[in-house]
Amino acid sequence: MSEALTKPTAQIVPGGASKSLRHESARMHVSGSAAYIDDLPEPQGLLHVVPGLSTKAHARIVSMDLEAVRAVPGVVCVLTAADIPGDNQVSAVGKGDEPLLADGEVSFYGQPIFIVVAESRGVARRAAKLAKIEYEERSAVLNIAQAREAGGVLVWRPLVMSRGDVETGLAAAPRRLSGQVTVGGQEHFYLEGQAALAQPGEEGEMRVWSSTQHPTETQHMVAHCLHVRSNLVTVEVRRMGGAFGGKESQANTPACLAAIAAHVTGQAAKMRLDRDDDMMMTGKRHDFVIDYEVGFDDAGSILAVDMALAARCGWAADLSGPVVDRALFHADNAYFYPDVRFKSEPLKTNTQSNTAYRGFGGPQGIVAAERVIEEVAFATGLDPLDVRVRNVYGTGTRNITPYHMTVEDSIAAEIMTQLAGRCDYRQRRQALRGANKSSPFIKRGIALTPVKFGISFTATHYNQAGALVHVYTDGSVQVNHGGTEMGQGLHTKMVQIAMREFGLTEDRVRITATTTGKVPNTSATAASSGADLNGMAVLDAVQKIKARLVSFAAEHWQVPEESVQFLPDGVQVGEQIISFPELTKAAYFARVSLSANGFYKTPKISWNPATGRGRPFYYFAYGAACAEVAIDLLTGENRIERVDILHDAGQSLNPAIDIGQIEGGFVQGAGWLTMEELVWDDTGRLRTHAPSTYKIPACSDRPRIFNVALLENSPNQEATIFRSKAVGEPPFVHGVAVLQAISDALASLNDYQTCPQLDAPATPEQILRTAERMRQQAAH
Amino acid sequence: MRESIRFYLGNVRHEVSGFSPTRTVLDWLREDRRRTGTKEGCNEGDCGACTVLVVRLEGDTLVWRAVNACIQFLWMLDGAQLFTVEDLRSPDGALNPVQQAMVDLHGAQCGFCTPGFVMSMVAYCKTPGASMEDEAINTALAGNLCRCTGYAPIVRAMKQALTKPGDALDTQTEAIKIRLKALADGQTVEIAGPEGRVTLPASADALAAAYQADPQATLVAGATDVGLWVTKGLRTLPHLISVGLVPDLHKIESTPEGLRIGAAVTYTEAKEPIAALLPDAGEIIRRIGSTQVRNAGTVCGNIGNGSPIGDGPPLLIAAGAVLKLRCGEAHRSLPLEEYFLAYGKQDRQPGEFIESVVIPQPQPGTVFRAYKISKRFDQDISAVLGAFSLVFDDAGRIATARIAFGGMAATPKRAHATEAALQGQFWTETTVKAAQDAMKADFAPISDMRSSAWYRQTVAVNLLTRLFVETAPEHTGTETRLAGWKEQAHV
Ligand SMILES: Cc1cc2nc3c(=O)[nH]c(=O)nc-3n(C[C@H](O)[C@H](O)[C@H](O)COP(=O)(O)OP(=O)(O)OC[C@H]3O[C@@H](n4cnc5c(N)ncnc54)[C@H](O)[C@@H]3O)c2cc1C
Ligand code: FES
Ligand code: FES
Repeated sequence: MSEALTKPTAQIVPGGASKSLRHESARMHVSGSAAYIDDLPEPQGLLHVVPGLSTKAHARIVSMDLEAVRAVPGVVCVLTAADIPGDNQVSAVGKGDEPLLADGEVSFYGQPIFIVVAESRGVARRAAKLAKIEYEERSAVLNIAQAREAGGVLVWRPLVMSRGDVETGLAAAPRRLSGQVTVGGQEHFYLEGQAALAQPGEEGEMRVWSSTQHPTETQHMVAHCLHVRSNLVTVEVRRMGGAFGGKESQANTPACLAAIAAHVTGQAAKMRLDRDDDMMMTGKRHDFVIDYEVGFDDAGSILAVDMALAARCGWAADLSGPVVDRALFHADNAYFYPDVRFKSEPLKTNTQSNTAYRGFGGPQGIVAAERVIEEVAFATGLDPLDVRVRNVYGTGTRNITPYHMTVEDSIAAEIMTQLAGRCDYRQRRQALRGANKSSPFIKRGIALTPVKFGISFTATHYNQAGALVHVYTDGSVQVNHGGTEMGQGLHTKMVQIAMREFGLTEDRVRITATTTGKVPNTSATAASSGADLNGMAVLDAVQKIKARLVSFAAEHWQVPEESVQFLPDGVQVGEQIISFPELTKAAYFARVSLSANGFYKTPKISWNPATGRGRPFYYFAYGAACAEVAIDLLTGENRIERVDILHDAGQSLNPAIDIGQIEGGFVQGAGWLTMEELVWDDTGRLRTHAPSTYKIPACSDRPRIFNVALLENSPNQEATIFRSKAVGEPPFVHGVAVLQAISDALASLNDYQTCPQLDAPATPEQILRTAERMRQQAAH
Repeated sequence: MRESIRFYLGNVRHEVSGFSPTRTVLDWLREDRRRTGTKEGCNEGDCGACTVLVVRLEGDTLVWRAVNACIQFLWMLDGAQLFTVEDLRSPDGALNPVQQAMVDLHGAQCGFCTPGFVMSMVAYCKTPGASMEDEAINTALAGNLCRCTGYAPIVRAMKQALTKPGDALDTQTEAIKIRLKALADGQTVEIAGPEGRVTLPASADALAAAYQADPQATLVAGATDVGLWVTKGLRTLPHLISVGLVPDLHKIESTPEGLRIGAAVTYTEAKEPIAALLPDAGEIIRRIGSTQVRNAGTVCGNIGNGSPIGDGPPLLIAAGAVLKLRCGEAHRSLPLEEYFLAYGKQDRQPGEFIESVVIPQPQPGTVFRAYKISKRFDQDISAVLGAFSLVFDDAGRIATARIAFGGMAATPKRAHATEAALQGQFWTETTVKAAQDAMKADFAPISDMRSSAWYRQTVAVNLLTRLFVETAPEHTGTETRLAGWKEQAHV
């Protein structure tokens, strides 16, 4: 590690880790030759699997008449819960509350009840519609308010985090206020829908190609559903067409259903969900209702915060427990609250089972933290930026989080100040306020918000990874690891690590599909930790091989080990340069093993939910965003005029890819808080189950001016892979600046006297309603 | 009569028969040809992952259009040249300049949207006068969704590609022209497949006869609507009759009555002529669907489907458009608003079809404005669309007012009470206020997933304010729009 860290950049091969390199699949992406599940060559006799979905939110199934479905020519069989050879269960957390196919009861509108297995997908889709299912309806709870009214059944234990004494802190504070913020959910809208292809093999073997972020879990689920041991099931994924958390647990259902169909028929079977079915069936980002009370003083110092965070979790636990916990972990964002208490309420509802989504609850907590800042700013008349800077975690003091972890590197204030200077925040804010006075219908607003994001899985055992690296005798290298590629550039970064370490160019290092057959017992590629964990595992494997090559070379060429170095133009062995292929060939003849596996587990971390204490995160990633928006008071239409982001990726593994993550994360986050709106009707049917009704940002929705920069000279304080920082989730949070900027524009309606309390998503309608409220306040 | 369709995919001529009339181009490519570069992201025309390039010969020019393969029927390719992402590399394997720019500038992350983007970008590069302006690029790419990149690198790649001289496809122009000319045989085509049949009439007369012979048949113009009945509604349609490929309906003409737009004319083709007549209508059309949708969808299909949330009808009703219908040999005209009788019910007899719509030349002194309000600016169905045509007399009074709304009732509907409140009045704040009060009697909109009744009603009323501010001289210089304001300077 030490050599790796101190390597002068001149000695890093072009495109090696810490330098920019295009995505390893870029040429295939643009040529249409990058294969996703549905593009794989189809095995002979392939059958297609389509689900039949519930049309009630909560009901007992009285009877099921599937004859008409079976009678359609081309239908091979129709399978129900009774046909599952093993467990009818896909709870990702082992809670046993998530049947794969409904058995006697349905718990949400869109729940799979049966599958049609047919010779073509078209036949299966049409046949599925012919089922006659009789239901006896039960009362359904569809949202947070209804769930609370019905007694507040939880899917997971509630969590309490507290430090100090919040009651006393609030009572002693010179000023206090309370309020509520609603934060909407979000559909992942990965462009490639859920898909899996299962092929039966010898003696109960099953190979599954699945668009999954978590091949190991998919392997376990398939094994349980088929009632076989894990060693009979191999799960493979080369790449996903986007995932964002939506293929962490949600990918299991299609994989299991395809595998069951393959098992029953003895033929390969594929399940690729239609977009509408996908959106009807799968879980989404949790929507929250968050009540807050804050004590503060006239200088804008926050003294105490009490928050209750209620989430719509859907019909089963899925990952809701850790997701809702993470909302609490981030309800402080970057701020120190002297006395604090956070409580969670993970509510059960008869809707899709909400799940992981980029940020994993964290962004929802941060929206609440930033609302609190905004409230304090309006109450004190201060610029929200000043309130932010005043309240960020200190170094040395004021540095303990609500979960009793010490913040060792609080750089949020520095980043905010740097960014405010770079983008002229203060002057522009002044200018916009002036311009708003003479523009009766179009108002502009600006806001600058920080992010501090905890990196590591809060489930400590997840923080481990494996890799398998082979060097062949022609000096080419194959890298495999437990992480999955979903567009984030993980595979590219893993290739870059091997390139840098061996001194090899891109064409010599090849990444292969992720498979449980090569690297077992892996964690989900999630929690932004893909490169942190797998990168260290790859480094470990590479260094094992290097160590063997070094001692071989030292002995073979009779030089000291210290004089063997892997450089971009070959391996320095004493005075001479030996080409890498030459070295590997010589090592092979000398019977040196050229393959190694690598392993890594994150040090220092621990977390005890029972006490609400620990160090759940190895480190924090930081950043700040400044957004300027315009809104139309006649229609509520809105537009992002300009965004500046300064983001901390540590010593970036690949600046080009990291900037891509930031740009993309920002737009996704802004979409979540503005136009993306999930609407269920009174029967619990999701009405926004297609891109025609659920609107993610389009090309023209990106900021008109968009400046993204990485924070310079900020290597990770912790010994992560080449001192980089995780970059998948944190930039998503930058979208919060947009919500706050819209709020700032609305505040003009009451001469910046009152906090608009704008809820998310800030759709045109939400903006118009809030404007109406502001006008009424102004009239009083 | 021909019993097969003929087209080129890449350089290979295909002659196909005996297929289901509702087989989509996308399924044919992916399932039958195993050309899997073209992706399915939604199967309903909204994401653009399935974008392909369709080239047609019009006169002596090749017209390159990006369309959504998921909602185009295979037979719609008759006489065309189809290119997919697999056809873009030059024979020596070099990437197309668009592909190269996407690689160089990190335009792909997960890559699933990428082939579709690349096809839209190639099509844009081939659009005469393609501009480097962000707004123009946004419009060209509005029909392609990307969830990973935030679009910024894709737009950078678009700009880089626009600076390059052209691609390998350009060298084939002459060869393509020769091929396509050879395919045009002027024959009516009749395909019988396992699940039904399709008729591609060679003329309006042939269409009239075919439809009269089978009034149960489904007319298909651009299929941006009918396509979804199949891909999402899973309907089997036993007999399709093509409107969109009938040459004598594929005409835009200036007539004494006004601008006549034939039933096969797409929104892309109609945009400039309509915008020349009614400048604000250009911005509305720019926001109908996406480039791909407008490249296939027709103005008359937008009327034909009778949707209460279609954008074309209120726009054209406010403009005083007249619908031309034909049944067999019988022709009739009716004011467009009279066509929409009730939700799902139009004034159209069995066997009768729309031949064209005619937009009259606006009278001197007309102020025409139209506003589309949707959750997302681009490629979204309107929550409300308001179109206003005010004709002022010499004294400055409103001589006539024609106002129509979409999204406010079960049909596209005129705001008669509002119009009455305006008629004969001077254009003042008081008049506007009175008209806004009157508007409450015009509409009782519904709530749905796009917006609530409250929002629709409030916005409809507010649009009168916008109209006033944009057209009253005392408000000159007041900003009123976040999108599309450029085209409409104060008049
Ligand atoms: C992604 C997407 C976005 C869209 N966005 C918009 C939008 O923003 N605004 C909007 O208004 N619409 C929108 N649409 C709807 C649709 O594109 C338009 O209504 C389009 O104009 C329909 O034209 P078409 O030629 O494709 O019609 P088709 O699908 O071919 O036909 C539509 C209907 O009209 C009938 N018909 C067609 N031609 C005739 C004729 N000559 N005589 C009688 N009946 C006929 C058909 O039988 C059918 O009922 C969108 C559609 C999609 C898929
Ligand atoms: S697949 Fe989405 S537009 Fe065709
Ligand atoms: S790159 Fe993933 S959707 Fe565009």
